[in-house]
Amino acid sequence: MSKRDWQDLPKGAISYKSSLDYKTGDWGVDAPKIDHSRCTKCTLCHFYCPEGAILMREDGFTEVDLDYCKGCGICTKECPVKCIEMVRK
Amino acid sequence: MVKQELQGLNGDEAVAYATKQVNPDVVAAYPITPQTIIVERYSEYVADGEVDSEFVAVESEHSAMSCSVGASAAGARAFTATASAGLALMWEIVYIASSLRLPIVMALANRALSGPINIHNDHSDGMGARDTGWIQIYCENSQEVYDASIQAWRIAEHLKIQLPVMVCLDGFTLSHTMENVKTLMDTDVQKFVGTRPFIEVEGHMGKGELRLNPDMPLTMGPLDLQDFYFEHKMHQVEALNEALEYIKEIDDEYEELSGRRYDYVEPYRMEDAEVALIGMGSMVGTIKYVVDELREEGVKAGMVKLRLFRPFPSEYIKKAIGSVPIIGVMEKCISFGAPASPLMEEIMTAYYADKEKPMLANFVVGLGGKDVSPAMIREAYSSLIKANEDGKVEKFMTYIGVRGE
Repeated sequence: MSKRDWQDLPKGAISYKSSLDYKTGDWGVDAPKIDHSRCTKCTLCHFYCPEGAILMREDGFTEVDLDYCKGCGICTKECPVKCIEMVRK
Repeated sequence: MVKQELQGLNGDEAVAYATKQVNPDVVAAYPITPQTIIVERYSEYVADGEVDSEFVAVESEHSAMSCSVGASAAGARAFTATASAGLALMWEIVYIASSLRLPIVMALANRALSGPINIHNDHSDGMGARDTGWIQIYCENSQEVYDASIQAWRIAEHLKIQLPVMVCLDGFTLSHTMENVKTLMDTDVQKFVGTRPFIEVEGHMGKGELRLNPDMPLTMGPLDLQDFYFEHKMHQVEALNEALEYIKEIDDEYEELSGRRYDYVEPYRMEDAEVALIGMGSMVGTIKYVVDELREEGVKAGMVKLRLFRPFPSEYIKKAIGSVPIIGVMEKCISFGAPASPLMEEIMTAYYADKEKPMLANFVVGLGGKDVSPAMIREAYSSLIKANEDGKVEKFMTYIGVRGE
């Protein structure tokens, strides 16, 4: 019997993990790349990101958490100075 | 047997009173005819401080079931009640409740589905939900409704079952009709239902209970596609099949407490019966009355009441029917375009592989609350007696009590 038979799975189709353990970053093909030389630190990308995958840094810049970014590209559309572009992962 | 108190209660009041004695943590319900009295009474209990339940006055049945799922997932005892269109509106979440293995209890005051719009009794709503993975109990009278509303918690929460339970009561015929009901004392009900047990799971933070708990995080209802969805459905198959073994244990325990037991099927004057009807809900009371009349006239008539529809107790039904040569399946539901009515299909399936089996005839009655009178039941018995003499069923499906048939 393999460990993947239905008898071995937890009841209620639960997963014994916090959702932090679900690395959804591999869903997307492209990921955003932020050009900090042009960034005005407005942080709109952080607030618009539907996944909370754009983190705020101590120095005021933002950075992408590739473990959770699904590559939707909303940040590139919302960036007022267009300093974010999507690049192939 | 413990001390009991006789009260005049209609079916809805019996549900509300039993649930008050159980005192669940959360009651989330939206009033709909003919379930309304349950919600009215319960909100009075809450307003009067007679229960500790959090009453959530939701804006729809979809929310009522969603709220019950959330509460139950967090470890609470959650109760709701609905009927007809209300059950239809909560449909999506009804499936989620059973697949997440949440022991929610729901009263269903059986009512026809629209259209044309109709607020009266038939079993279209409950039968529509037969594949949702819930346990379904169909009650004959208010006493049964009261008892089932208490037993349901123990059935739902049994560690080998852990499934939601629907307590079905015929709209108006039971929900709004006052009867004598023997009620237990609050303390005895509390002792019987105890506290909700949880399945023990071993997670990444060690052993804990299967419920949402910030100290031991787990995810309920995650995405489950081609890879494991089918495997997870097998858990529901197993739980419902095995439930047949455990529900009777709870019935035994309840009998010790109250002196009343119900089993899955109730044979009535079947010992030497030559013709018999099988049915569910309030109409079986009328069928018993007709059986008594026929017996006095020398006709060897019998009846089988089916109380537990899900899981379907095939072997218990066959044992109750025994060697009676002809059986009529009488039902308040149509499955449009199907070869038979829902209960008939299940009974035929139960018998299919057997060499010895009774002849079967299907009777549909009482849709939209049309009265199921003793005369109609006699008509069914007469056609069964004739078919028995002829050795064959001429007309497989008969719609009784409808103009033009």
